[in-house]
Formats: sequence, structure tokens, C-alpha cells
Amino acid sequence: MIPAPAFLTNPERFMAFSRWAAPMFGAIAIILALAGLWLGFTAPEDYQQGDTVRIMFIHVPAAWMSMFVYVCLGVSSFLAFVFRHALADAAAQACAPLGAAFTFLALVTGSLWGRPMWGAWWVWDARLTSVLVLFLFYLAYMALRASIDDEAKAARASAILALVGLVNLPIVHWSVTWWNSLHQGASVFRAGGPTLSAVFLWPLLLMGLAYTAAFGSLWLVRIRGEVWRRRAEAAALRAART
Amino acid sequence: MLDLDAGKYAAFIWPAYALTAVVFAGMIGFSLTHARRWRRRAEQLRDADQ
Repeated sequence: MIPAPAFLTNPERFMAFSRWAAPMFGAIAIILALAGLWLGFTAPEDYQQGDTVRIMFIHVPAAWMSMFVYVCLGVSSFLAFVFRHALADAAAQACAPLGAAFTFLALVTGSLWGRPMWGAWWVWDARLTSVLVLFLFYLAYMALRASIDDEAKAARASAILALVGLVNLPIVHWSVTWWNSLHQGASVFRAGGPTLSAVFLWPLLLMGLAYTAAFGSLWLVRIRGEVWRRRAEAAALRAART
Repeated sequence: MLDLDAGKYAAFIWPAYALTAVVFAGMIGFSLTHARRWRRRAEQLRDADQ
């Protein structure tokens, strides 16, 4: 038995659930983002970083999502690989481009923040390099998926690649602890509580939730598209045989 | 009060926000287009099958 709610294992129930859940998550994302941006742009400048602190409200949530989406990719790939679950495979396939987009945003907005603060667009330190590797795993997943015509073989090969890539997640997370790094350490999810001032913490958390809700909405939309694609291709195959 | 004056850091802050907006617009656009295209195709094939 697959330990998942019934709507995740039955395409019909999933389609009925996602029909209202996708727009609902989208609306929640817009409300949270507006609130987060309002608080972010009414917060005072940081005493050290000045106005550049406002890049944090879009950079840090993108970085969180780059890892969270990969966890979703890994779990979906595991369910698809072990249980041969078609909907889990569709979920894995649907979230890879979103994860790549969030990781791209984390890298570029981080670079735009790093240039005025560190004096460099890019440094080959452990955090930045491991996030770049994460981005390459997303690209490799999509490239591998697209390069194999047989849907079942593509699902298995890409699931193995996604599971191998999970090894990189703890490296990304603890890179700033294990190695000397220009990148600052954890300041929100850390033992002893956040070190950020509340005027920056609240907009950051709201933007983090907005990004999560946006991902939830877009993921559901993309899984629905994938289910329809597979239905269309199955119907086309049936029509060709008759 | 909204503080939209980024001062000397405007050249870094606004491109970061603009790029984020563009990437989100792309994610939304591609996701909706992909889903709608295949929904229409699946419905056409289902109707033709019946």
C-alpha cells in the first residue's frame, strides 16, 4: 500500500481536488505576497546593508523553495520508482521545471545581492557551488526525461537521477557550517530561534509562505496538464490502432 | 510609509525584483498554457472516440 491520501493515488479524485485547490493556493499566494511586499518596503533600511536588505525578501524564499521543491521531486520519484505510481511520476515531472526556476532565481538574486555586499558577483564557495550543483541536477533531470522516448524507461531513469541528487540537499543546507563561507549562516531556521529582527522576519516569513503557496498552485496546474497529456497520448494511440 | 527609494543600490534591487516578476510570469504562463493545450487535445480525442 502507498501511504498517501486517497486523492493522491486516484487520478479522478486528484483532478477533482486540484480543480479548486490550485486557484485557492494561487489566491493565497497573491494575498501573502502583497502583505509581505508591503511590510518589506515599509521596513527600515538595515544598519549595515542599507536598502539591499530588501533583496532578502525574494532571494531567501527562492532559496528555500529550491530545496523544498527538490524534496518534493525526490519523494515523488521514490513513489514512482518503488510503487510504479503514474500520478507520482507525473508529479515528479511537473515539479522539476518549477524547482529549476526557483533555483535560478536564488542564484541570480543572490548574485545581485552579493555584488554590493561582498564586492563580487560570484564566489566558488561551498553554498553557492552546491546550489549551482542543485540547479544542474534539475536541468539534468529534465534533459534525461526529454531524451528518452519510452515513457516508462524515462520515468525510471529520471527517478534514479532525482534520488541520487537528494545527497546534495544536506550539503547545501550545512555547507555554511561545514566550510568557511562568505555566505551567512542560518538566521531563521536555527537552534535557539531566529536572529533576524521582527521587522525583517515577518515580511520574510510572509514571502516564504507566498512562494510555497504559489508553488503548490503551479505544481497542481502542471500535474493536471501532465495527466491530460497522458490521457491524450493514450487516446491517440487507441485511435491509431483502430 | 512605503520606501521605494533604493538610493545607490537601485541598480541591484530593481533588477532582482524585475527578474523575479518575469520568472513568475513565465512559470504561470507556461504552466497554464501547457495544461490548457493538453486539456483541449484530450477532450478533442475523447469526443472523436465517442
